Amino acid sequence: MPEDREPQEAPETVDGAEMEEAARRLGPRNPVLRFLSQNRGVTALLAVVILGALFTPQRGVNGPYLVNVITGHAEPLRDSDGAWNPPRFLTTKIHSDVLYEYAEYGLLAVGMTLVILTAGIDLSVGSVLGIAAVTFAYLLIARGTPPAVAIAGAAGMGTLCGLINGFLVSKLHLQPFVATLAMMVAARGGAKVISGGYKIQAGGADWYWVQGDLPEFMTWMVSPSYGGFLRPVTLLFIVSLLVMVVVVKYTRFGRYLYAVGGNEEAARLSGVPVTGTKILAYSLCGFFAGLAGFCNACRTGLGNPEAGTTFELDAIAAVVIGGTSLAGGRGAMILTLLGALIVGYIDKALSVNNVDVAYRLLAKGLIIVIAVVIQSRRRTN
Amino acid sequence: MSQAPLLQMRQIDKWFGGVHAVSHVDFDVRAGEIHALIGENGAGKSTLVRILSGAIQADAGEIVFDGRKLHMRGPKDAEAAGIAMIHQELSLCPNMSVAENIFLGSEPLGPMRTVSWRRLRADAESYLRHLDTPIDVTRAVEEYGIATQQMVEVAKVLSRNAKLIVMDEPTSALTDTEAQRLFEIIRALKAEGVAIVYISHKMEEIYELADRVTVMRDSHWIGTAEASDLAPGQLIEWMVGRKIETLFPKRSVELGEELLRVEDAVLRANDGTDRLLVDHASLSLRAGEILGLGGLRGAGNSELLGLLFGQFSHADVEVCLRGERVRIGRPSDALAQRIALLTNDRKTTGLVLSMSVLHNMTLASLKRMGPTPLVVPREEVRAALPLRQRLSVKTASLDIEVSALSGGNQQKVALAKWLMTEPDVLLLDEPTRGIDVGAKAEIYELMNELASQGKGILLITSELPELVEMSDRILVFHRGRITKELRGEEMTQQNVMAAAMSGASSHA
Repeated sequence: MPEDREPQEAPETVDGAEMEEAARRLGPRNPVLRFLSQNRGVTALLAVVILGALFTPQRGVNGPYLVNVITGHAEPLRDSDGAWNPPRFLTTKIHSDVLYEYAEYGLLAVGMTLVILTAGIDLSVGSVLGIAAVTFAYLLIARGTPPAVAIAGAAGMGTLCGLINGFLVSKLHLQPFVATLAMMVAARGGAKVISGGYKIQAGGADWYWVQGDLPEFMTWMVSPSYGGFLRPVTLLFIVSLLVMVVVVKYTRFGRYLYAVGGNEEAARLSGVPVTGTKILAYSLCGFFAGLAGFCNACRTGLGNPEAGTTFELDAIAAVVIGGTSLAGGRGAMILTLLGALIVGYIDKALSVNNVDVAYRLLAKGLIIVIAVVIQSRRRTN
Repeated sequence: MSQAPLLQMRQIDKWFGGVHAVSHVDFDVRAGEIHALIGENGAGKSTLVRILSGAIQADAGEIVFDGRKLHMRGPKDAEAAGIAMIHQELSLCPNMSVAENIFLGSEPLGPMRTVSWRRLRADAESYLRHLDTPIDVTRAVEEYGIATQQMVEVAKVLSRNAKLIVMDEPTSALTDTEAQRLFEIIRALKAEGVAIVYISHKMEEIYELADRVTVMRDSHWIGTAEASDLAPGQLIEWMVGRKIETLFPKRSVELGEELLRVEDAVLRANDGTDRLLVDHASLSLRAGEILGLGGLRGAGNSELLGLLFGQFSHADVEVCLRGERVRIGRPSDALAQRIALLTNDRKTTGLVLSMSVLHNMTLASLKRMGPTPLVVPREEVRAALPLRQRLSVKTASLDIEVSALSGGNQQKVALAKWLMTEPDVLLLDEPTRGIDVGAKAEIYELMNELASQGKGILLITSELPELVEMSDRILVFHRGRITKELRGEEMTQQNVMAAAMSGASSHA
């Protein structure tokens, strides 16, 4: 063993060549592969769509496409008339459906992301959706107000609930779990008070303004427009999400969300308005729950005081699957879209194959675990 | 020495993503030796000992311990081999009792495979008596001071038959007397044949304790030598790769107008006792002045800085700033008045560790970047790049999480955040805590540069040479009051310490 060796020269700092070496170690050199390896959410989504394409049936054929190809039962991709007959996953209708079916969860998840970034949680969004749906239906169907007023009523009711949550959390220092649990119970009660415990639907009571068919506006919100692909409800979800992507990434408020969630005290000592940031986050979460309630009323054609029960869990699941940390301070709005789509597509792929809903729930639980394991691995590496 | 070393680490290599954290390092430790491992922050020594303690795995290289090659998959393997680590931040469960902590995970079991509380307590007591720390082992760890907690940690690793203990800056939170007691314990352990790897930034400690010294720099092994053969100048040269002529740069600044005047500032404790943490403190700070605030921990100097920054929600203060009276109740008030506070703990109050370097740097300046609520990334980078260069922050990119940086570089990021707000008054609370010699020298230079630009600096530091050398004037706090002002020739370490302790004799 060499005794007390002579000192050797170390490089002054990490130099350029070593940096490049370092960059190379970060991933594959091919830009496409590198993008995929660094954006696992996108990769996962792509994988789901491709698997969906292979495992969904063609029109007029039963069973997964891949199985039919192997067993020789697959129809040609162009049928005798020369029209396309791809697996259903490659049709626009199915994507339009997924986005539509996930619009309500998606809106909830958008608001939930804001709150979770501040290291909070909002358990009340499902109930707030319910109270907003009832408010909307009450105003439009029972009182005959113009749709704009009814929408404002739903959104306003949601925002109010969120504002109270924000106040409880930031001013009274209740734990977010407790504060929003209380709101979850209370808002459900409020929904039943407003509706009198009944579903508010056209002709449901003598004194209702609307006695005939559903108001046209509600039907319009959920009918395919824009080239038959998008429904107004879907569009509302996508626009809300894109706006919030920008807000979170490119505004002071967005930055403050991360700071408050990452280290509240350090944020406060850097002049970040911690209380204001939290109140705004919870208020926006309530606002989006209000919008989701309005969408729910339009989709079901009535104001159901029980609407949205357990939806908060789906919203949290979408956020978590996207990779936003429940500990706060880490994540992104765009990840929530990925999370919602991954759940939506897998659910759809299973349902078009007539997989029973019980198994679909089992699958969803599995997806949550897998997604979080992948995310936490990436963080430790 | 013919005897084979207790520990041999050979050609250890470790990458973190793009950073080569440890590069082909050889390191050996003999039984019964105190081996100081030193280097600037980010030099790779923490990574090396984390590999040794099994917390992370090396990418290449081998570890031979006690004649056996170790294959470590986790901390359990290191513990089983007899390697223990005592972290800077202690890893005890504060709410559990001392005895439970000592035997956590290896509780002595009774005949029914249940925990034998009697043996647990008796064994814990005997280990602590051995360490000359006879305390009530049934009380919760959090009820004891940091020095005692450290002894509990030592007892814990001894109970696992540790043959080699790694201590990472164990004295950083201790008073001098507590540190001296720790040194006695360390020497006693050495006499029993336990090897100690001692990481420290404090020169005096290294020479007081260590048998041998190993220096790392920029992830490389630089040299190993007997402490008695290694001159301090040589040691510093190894650490920084250049000769530091004077650690404390001399300067001569014309003091300007009075910048800040504080009159009878008072801070009451928020615990219902109405105790005065700051007891009618008055001071005057001129432009270009570095005013040192001395005092023991809890004497009120750190609390005064917090008060001046609006840190306490239950208290505000009126000061005279640039000739105008202003009231400061919240950090945003202080920011608007161009006052900046570098807190004494970058991890809990200074930085948002989960955010990137860039976002930490700009956090306090977002409002100044434009009238709209929008944040323009290009503007942020434009504001951050000059500061990154000026403070020579070593980071592969502005976009990586600040938690990935070394302590010294994290501190520079925290400083950069405040410099970006272009403050007139800087409140610096322990600006060089836990950072290496090179980074310290850079921060001293920076303080002088700021002073020469006409800024006023209130400086707190627990390192007396730093306080004495950097300050133009020193105010010493004792139990909330400013009890002594030292100028010119009077500014000696002895005088500061004497003033800080005076009247404390009955409580010492």
